[in-house]
Amino acid sequence: MIEFIDVYKTFEHKGVDRVIALNRINVQIEEGEFVTVIGTNGSGKSTFLNAIAGKFLCDSGSILLDDKDVTRSWEYKRASIIGRVFQNPFTGTSPDLSIMENIRIAELRGLKRGLSGGLSAKNRQRYQETLKSLEMGLENRLDATVGLLSGGQRQALTLLMATLRKPRILLLDEHTAALDPKAAEQIVKLTRRLVDESQLTTVMVTHSMSQALDLGTRILMMHKGKIIGDIKGDERKRTKVRDLLNRFSELRKEELLDDELISMLQEGYY
Amino acid sequence: MTLWFGAISQGLIYSFLALGVYLSFKVLKFPDMTVDGSLVTGAAVTGILLVNGVHPLLVMLIAITAGCIAGIITGLLHTKLKIDPLLSGILMMTALYSINLHILGRSNLPLLRVRSLLTLFQSESFPFSQDVVHLIFFFLLVLIIRFIIVWFLRTDLGLAFRATGDNPAMITAQGVNIHYTKILGLAIANGLTALSGSLIAQYQGFADIGMGIGMLVAGIASVVIGETIAPGKKIKWLITGVIVGSILFRLLIALALKAGLNPIDLKLITALFVLLALCFPMLKKIIKNLFRVKDKE
Repeated sequence: MIEFIDVYKTFEHKGVDRVIALNRINVQIEEGEFVTVIGTNGSGKSTFLNAIAGKFLCDSGSILLDDKDVTRSWEYKRASIIGRVFQNPFTGTSPDLSIMENIRIAELRGLKRGLSGGLSAKNRQRYQETLKSLEMGLENRLDATVGLLSGGQRQALTLLMATLRKPRILLLDEHTAALDPKAAEQIVKLTRRLVDESQLTTVMVTHSMSQALDLGTRILMMHKGKIIGDIKGDERKRTKVRDLLNRFSELRKEELLDDELISMLQEGYY
Repeated sequence: MTLWFGAISQGLIYSFLALGVYLSFKVLKFPDMTVDGSLVTGAAVTGILLVNGVHPLLVMLIAITAGCIAGIITGLLHTKLKIDPLLSGILMMTALYSINLHILGRSNLPLLRVRSLLTLFQSESFPFSQDVVHLIFFFLLVLIIRFIIVWFLRTDLGLAFRATGDNPAMITAQGVNIHYTKILGLAIANGLTALSGSLIAQYQGFADIGMGIGMLVAGIASVVIGETIAPGKKIKWLITGVIVGSILFRLLIALALKAGLNPIDLKLITALFVLLALCFPMLKKIIKNLFRVKDKE
């Protein structure tokens, strides 16, 4: 479903060397898998997601989605098979447009948009039904501009919009990180329901280890642009938060050791 | 009386410009300087074709098309060559100055005694004066264009266009090529602007190379007035507001001139007005803070 072959991506930052965001990533995600990606800050987990979405072109390597090589395909073209929810609740919706207009836009994701009108009474009723399932009272506010909604409501709407036209791939980029705990819980519940209902192939980036364990069928651990852990199957079922923490602290020890070793060697040399 | 008729007629004519500026400046968030040039392009094309006896309706369509092409080029500069919106417009406006002079052949082309859109609607059988006939004609044309724009902005393509300015990241994730929607919007905006230029040339009876100066600012002024008086946030109210805003703006100018304002100061006053309007949110905050400090004392 999703295949990364030797994907390499660096970013330029002013005043520093090029930062390697993805360091020869090789990974294969099967249809129907719900993958959670965890990692430290700057580990490349968001870059991994953006590489799937096509926000940038990679330096080398290839990306296959749905058995098609999309390595050089534009972001807006990939959108026909990808639904996305972002970390910032403001990113996923158009604030000046009404709830109904936003839903209509999402219903046509990846399709040709012409001069036909989708804001009909018939669609209104259909959207109302769909919005009811969110249990946020949005079904009576179809004409309200999205800018008036809370972060949690917007994120729920974005999630609904991302899955309205069933995507082949659903990408969730820390989509509960900017919400208060109660709203985050609601969004997690909704995510689980929507993904289960349509058996969506999902990749979710999260900073929360418990969330990574709570949701999904497979965990990818990232560090410094590399996938350093791939937990699936029976191992995934046995894994606890403590195991993940241990893996990361082991990593830190190794690095520390490396640094110490280097400085020792340097001292010995001089 | 003629003064008011004139002001309202001008307001109606310039409302196409105001609608264009609304689409580019407000909807796309693209301050498009091209309009200072494309307005003249509309007037110049109209002038030269009318003088050569082309049918006025055909002339109107050609003028609009010329404006659209100018908008498309600005859009290409911005999207494909990644040039800053303001600079793309300025480059295009500057280039258009020469092009417009070429079209006109000189800096001022009089259009007296040529067949124009306005003479089409002149007849001995009308019981009203010519001014009234013109006013009605402009009013009907504005009504038609208003209807088309409101309709367009609610179509699927129109929604994608509106979301492009509002949240480009979102609409890209929804599979829309924002290069396309931006170019489309700039084409429509400059087509409307050229229509204003075409009509104003026929109304005034001449096309002049300098008639485009300050048009973006004048358009923004009308949009600002329109947004303030619009009774709601719905598209149909905002679009209607912009049209009324354009009329009010021309009436204000007529009033100021009648009250003895030196015409030389007109652009200065307009610029100051827009400056005030743009700073209004900040000014409101400052004034609020001033009062808060006083309250504490």
